[in-house]
Amino acid sequence: MVSPLVAVLLIFLVLPIVLIVIVSFWRATEFSIIPAFEFDNYAFLFGSPVTYTVFLNTFKYALITWAFTLLIGFTVAYYLAFHIRSLTWQIALFLLCTIPFWTSNIIRMISWIPFLGRNGIANATLISWGVIDEPIEWLLFSDFAVILAFVHLYTLFMVVPIFNTMMRIDKSLIEAARDAGANGAQILWNVIIPLTKPGIMIGTIFVVTLVMGDFITVRFMSGSQSANVGRLISNEIALLQYPSASATAIVLLVTVLITIGILLRFVDIRKEL
Amino acid sequence: MSKQDLELVSVTKQYGATVAVDAISYRFKPDSYTCLLGPSGCGKSSTLRMIAGHETVSDGSILLAGRDISHLPPAKRGTAMMFQNYALFPHLSVLDNVAFSLKMKGTETAKRHAQAREMLDLVDLTNLADRLPDQLSGGQQQRVALARALITRPQVLLLDEPLSALDPFLRVRMRAELRKLQKELGISFIHVTHGQDEALALADDIIVMNNAVIEQAGPARDVFNTPQTRFVAQFMGGHNVIALPTGHFAVRADAVSVTEPAKGSVAGNVTAVEYQGTHVSLSARITGDQEVLALIPDATFFANPHHPGDQIGLHWDANDQHKLTA
Repeated sequence: MVSPLVAVLLIFLVLPIVLIVIVSFWRATEFSIIPAFEFDNYAFLFGSPVTYTVFLNTFKYALITWAFTLLIGFTVAYYLAFHIRSLTWQIALFLLCTIPFWTSNIIRMISWIPFLGRNGIANATLISWGVIDEPIEWLLFSDFAVILAFVHLYTLFMVVPIFNTMMRIDKSLIEAARDAGANGAQILWNVIIPLTKPGIMIGTIFVVTLVMGDFITVRFMSGSQSANVGRLISNEIALLQYPSASATAIVLLVTVLITIGILLRFVDIRKEL
Repeated sequence: MSKQDLELVSVTKQYGATVAVDAISYRFKPDSYTCLLGPSGCGKSSTLRMIAGHETVSDGSILLAGRDISHLPPAKRGTAMMFQNYALFPHLSVLDNVAFSLKMKGTETAKRHAQAREMLDLVDLTNLADRLPDQLSGGQQQRVALARALITRPQVLLLDEPLSALDPFLRVRMRAELRKLQKELGISFIHVTHGQDEALALADDIIVMNNAVIEQAGPARDVFNTPQTRFVAQFMGGHNVIALPTGHFAVRADAVSVTEPAKGSVAGNVTAVEYQGTHVSLSARITGDQEVLALIPDATFFANPHHPGDQIGLHWDANDQHKLTA
């Protein structure tokens, strides 16, 4: 007798992945999909230089976005946890951080377009200030725009776990460090960062998986000029190439799992869960 | 003035409109064990934290070895603090916890570890140097905290309710160790506690605080034997506070003896008798609806037992009766 929860997990989580795995071995022609067990899809994937470029690009987005979300997220969480004294204000400001999440991802992404466009607010303002003479071309439909949107969308996923870990740090540890003669930077480096590592790691996993699995942000913000693995998959689906899309998806899944596996070797997050 | 003299000069702490510590002045004896004793919220912890530098002084000054330390950062004061929950760094080994302040000063690893090992030797923890704080018992954690505080070579060690997290058995053992360590090191310990037994057992001098002021300060025996106020008499325990026509008086419960109704200082009616092993505690109601407690050695009591409802006389020497000022 399988309990209902296990049934839910099997049907909605395990079964789809198993199906993707199965389909990834099927054969596809221009007009048909034939059940089979062959490695053609994988062979093609690993044989194509496009795959490596696209995977590299995906890692690049993930790494840069991770660096910025970590920097911003850590700073925001640190400010909330250690500089705001009253719990009421902490909660109020924390909720303020979540307000952007009340609108859809895509709306938040698209709202950058009129801001960053050639005749957008950013360029118009800079020209009127006399900082630039001509509109900056790379503000929109560029890697810059993609990463800006990623950072905007996903910083909160860094803030929440880091803030949560920081709130659990006993304030007397900071006093003890000060009693031992540590200055602000030393307290940050020797006490707060080591104790915040599990939160940083959870935030990192969120951001890395979200960025590596994304396709819509890259498409909108790069104006279809850049690609990541998600776009590769979505293009293949658009061409009804389900077997090769499945194969790409499986490779992406394994890549993400390996990445997380490596991350988890550095920090033990079990205490936090 | 001795080189290690610590003095409080009308030190005040205000949080908004509330006064936590109200202009207290006190000169600590050098190389002594002093307990700050009082109920919670009396200002004893705020006082200690001001001496440590973890709380700003609203008014007044704190002098140590002749210099004003009221506005110095904690590490520059010559004090070190041991925190109530020990505040050990959970991510550092015992050795690194103890060596932490040396690391902050930039001492190289080998040297600071050698010094930390010396300190661990002092508190008998050398064999646990590589453990993490989580893997230690409460008593061991406390010794690590002690070693960490002492490695800065403080002139004054400040202890914030250091024994409250321990079980009663360990508490008695640790307080003996604290006392021994203070004697060995020859520095001043200032220890905040709300337990009068702890204060009596440890302290050379006791400062009893209540409502942000010092109620009474002095050698432990004086504070216990001759309380000056009703608060001190009641807080120290073991005393009867009796209202007589000439004022309020404190009389130690073990100084009260039971006699024939006519022969005592006052007559009373026994309300309760409780056997406590070495003593029998006998409560009696005297005139003015006051309860008086007498602690009678068990042999004396059982030679002539009394029961609730008996009419008795209660007697004490005039010398044992101390007038209370408030």
